[in-house]
Amino acid sequence: MKNNNINFEKLSSQTNRLARYWYKYSRNPLSVLGLIAIFIIVFMAISAPYLSPYPESAGPYVNIVEANQPPSFVHFFGTDLLGRDIFTRTIFGLRLSLLMGIVVLSLSAPLGVFAGLVAGYFRGRWISVLIMRIVDVFLAVPVLILALAVCSILPPDVFNAMIAVSIAWWAVYARLIYGVASSIKGEFYIQAAEVIGASTGHILFKEILINCLSPIFTKMSVDMAFVILIGSSLSFVGLGAQPPTPDLGSMVADGARFLPNHWWMAIFPACAIVIIVLALSLMGDGLRDMLGSEEV
Amino acid sequence: MNNPLIEIKDLHVQFRVFEGILKVLDGVNLTLKFGEKVGLVGETSCGKSTIGKAITRLLYIPPAIITRGEILFEGKDILRMSQVEFRQIRKKISIIFQDPTAALNPFFTIGTQVQDVIRFAERSGKNTGKEDIRAHAIQALKEVLIPDPERALKSYPIQLSGGMRQRVCIAMALVRMNKLVIADEPVTSLDVTIQDQILRLLKELVEKYNTSIILISHNLAIVRELTNRVYIMYAGSIVEVAKTKDFFAHPLHPYSQGLLSVIPKLTGGGIGEGIYGSVPKYINPPKGCRFHPRCKQVMPICKEKKAPLFKVSEDHEVACFLFKNGV
Amino acid sequence: MLNNNILTVDQLKKYFIVNQGVLKAVDGVTFSVKNGEIFSIVGESGSGKSTVAYMIIGTYKPTTGKIIYREKYDISQGISKRPHKLKKEIQIVFQAPGTSLNPARNIKQILEVPIKIHNFSKTQSELNERVLELLEMVELSADYMYKYPSMLGGGEKQRVAIARALSVNPSFVLLDEPTSSLDVSVQAKIINMLIQFKKIFNLTYIFITHDLSLVRNIASRVAIMYLGKICEIAPVSEFFNNPLHPYTQILLSSIPVISHEEEALKPKRIMSMGEIPSPINLPPGCSFYSRCPKRMDICGIKDPEMLEIERGHVVRCNLYSK
Repeated sequence: MKNNNINFEKLSSQTNRLARYWYKYSRNPLSVLGLIAIFIIVFMAISAPYLSPYPESAGPYVNIVEANQPPSFVHFFGTDLLGRDIFTRTIFGLRLSLLMGIVVLSLSAPLGVFAGLVAGYFRGRWISVLIMRIVDVFLAVPVLILALAVCSILPPDVFNAMIAVSIAWWAVYARLIYGVASSIKGEFYIQAAEVIGASTGHILFKEILINCLSPIFTKMSVDMAFVILIGSSLSFVGLGAQPPTPDLGSMVADGARFLPNHWWMAIFPACAIVIIVLALSLMGDGLRDMLGSEEV
Repeated sequence: MNNPLIEIKDLHVQFRVFEGILKVLDGVNLTLKFGEKVGLVGETSCGKSTIGKAITRLLYIPPAIITRGEILFEGKDILRMSQVEFRQIRKKISIIFQDPTAALNPFFTIGTQVQDVIRFAERSGKNTGKEDIRAHAIQALKEVLIPDPERALKSYPIQLSGGMRQRVCIAMALVRMNKLVIADEPVTSLDVTIQDQILRLLKELVEKYNTSIILISHNLAIVRELTNRVYIMYAGSIVEVAKTKDFFAHPLHPYSQGLLSVIPKLTGGGIGEGIYGSVPKYINPPKGCRFHPRCKQVMPICKEKKAPLFKVSEDHEVACFLFKNGV
Repeated sequence: MLNNNILTVDQLKKYFIVNQGVLKAVDGVTFSVKNGEIFSIVGESGSGKSTVAYMIIGTYKPTTGKIIYREKYDISQGISKRPHKLKKEIQIVFQAPGTSLNPARNIKQILEVPIKIHNFSKTQSELNERVLELLEMVELSADYMYKYPSMLGGGEKQRVAIARALSVNPSFVLLDEPTSSLDVSVQAKIINMLIQFKKIFNLTYIFITHDLSLVRNIASRVAIMYLGKICEIAPVSEFFNNPLHPYTQILLSSIPVISHEEEALKPKRIMSMGEIPSPINLPPGCSFYSRCPKRMDICGIKDPEMLEIERGHVVRCNLYSK
């Protein structure tokens, strides 16, 4: 009987918490718009093979007869110079962009956060100094330049592009978490944990990290936008996905040659980039309101 | 003058929050005459700061909603006045806040801030030259016993100690020779020896300038030092009003008695048990008297109706059905 | 064998190097705490009382000086060098309010930590049981388990902090201004709870506060600190009847009270002069020289020694050194 009551309390407290979060998030209608847009984009990306009208356009496909068609009811976004449906390729391109964002953040964020936690908690000791100096070196180089440099060493490939951006990106997280962790370190509850006898691992991950989650998630959503943009820039100069893989950046590059006559080849992929970046930024704003972090 | 300076009549204030509506102030009545020193005492979140903010119209409307009541300043209802009209009244009222560090702008020198206050004051008619204002500022700082006022004028708030900052705030409050000072926990954040100095200073200056003061605090001992009349608040209503001496000699309301019994005394004797229960939540306050769930002398009527202030003697009123027919 | 002195602190010093010079937060503090007593340390801001507490629990390492626990364990080296079994013995309840509870964890998770670390229960349901017991002990109902600290009032948060400190069965608890900013009625509950726990669990307390009225009612001995040094130590009854140090007298005369009887008890109004000076780069001589109404020339040169005037009553003042 007692257990049932407790479970009910747990459930109602968690539901209450979620409701509170949603209340804060939804104060800004633009954030909600961003969230809806992201849902739509993610849904389209997941169901790309089934949703797209011409799935073969995403692969090696040539149909000169259909080439250079302007937008119509048959081809929503028109076709490119090889006759491939641009609408389909855009959806697949979105898919690739999202994938890039997720992979890069999954690699760089944990590494950066871990480095930042250790550096912040042991601030003043040699390990912290060492980590932060390394971080400084990485931060000194602009992300795009560093990614270009790495990409030019490795064979041009979408995976190598992801690795390149990850290498450039982890340091930003390290710097952010270093700041948050060193300020949290002085709080009473950390001292209380030390006095109780908690291990360093417990303090780092269960006491400090939990309080860093809000700046981390906010930053990650805004970062997705940047990562996608950088990925598109890399493929724009030919260093990311190789043909025939559809990628928004290379689509813009290919189509740019044909402006302004066959404008649809460049404009639609470019708009797609703008929309996904904007939606992610709006969602990031909403997350910041919701989680209440001001550092990001 | 016998007309009251401030009259609060039946004030009801509510706040809209995520969970619903917080019914905080539940019919507050308060009068303050010219030159009177009144204390407003209660525990945290009893609504005393809300009253202070309501008088100076510093309440953010939303989330605050004033559903009923009026506040008369020199006979005029300030809640319904226009902004322009109220600005004239604002010059006659000043506030001393609890945290002097937050009340002073860290980017400007003390001199700039004090002189700004003087410049915007009502009596700035004849003495508006820069030199005059500066002299006035130095005089004000001297009155609050700040050593070396010339140097203080050039300092930034961060260079001064807590006690010094609070003295500057008091100087800023009294420099305008206005009619009403609202002091919201003015000495709570200070050390006890400094607290003593500041309280004495405040008392002297208020008496010298014949300013009325509303002292808001949760510390009964401080209120005893400084005021001649006291209002006790509990959960948004006034439960007892009396002359300070009378109150401490004969506290009548069960809450007042409970409160006085738990204050640790220098004479020893241990600390009282405390008042059973806890402060009600404003989202769903108890029906009738808001103190009845905790009252040892509760009667059936207390659960239904809220007691009005019954007059027990000249200047001593209690909001409790125990005193329906006098003592 | 009954350990008489559960804690001894000997010439404890903590100096910080700051931009402007040396900050002597604690400058030669010596005292002992007897088993089972409530020893109170009183001081205003800058007195160093919290720093002393932090050194005892190990967050700060003393610059010099010794801290001896139960007359045999030297715990002066900070928490990281303290043996694990000793960590349970000495606990602390931090100032109210404050962030002594992790805002991102709920009460159940907060109270589970010490239980898990010291292996007091084996299974999840035992863990839940123990948490519920702790909550009951501090008179909080079971539905507090899943609440977050931001939903609790100041008094409730302190109760959780007390439950957490007591969950590891300590012998010695430091209470650093546990009720300073709480309402009087809440304070009364917490203090009564603490006194009850002391009896039930056989605890010894160091109670740090600036409220002398509180000290009068709960402590057995009291030490007054000023700018890093102890001015006077005495049993409580002796202390309030016969305060010797000028600073003590000023402190006592500044306390606001609520009755005439208490007024009569206070030393006659001694006006305290001036502000508390900065603890950085203190001039030589007695630290209270600049504000002392009874200062003599020698006080600006010679820092007085601790002298025992009566049994258990020591004072550090040139007025009493013959």
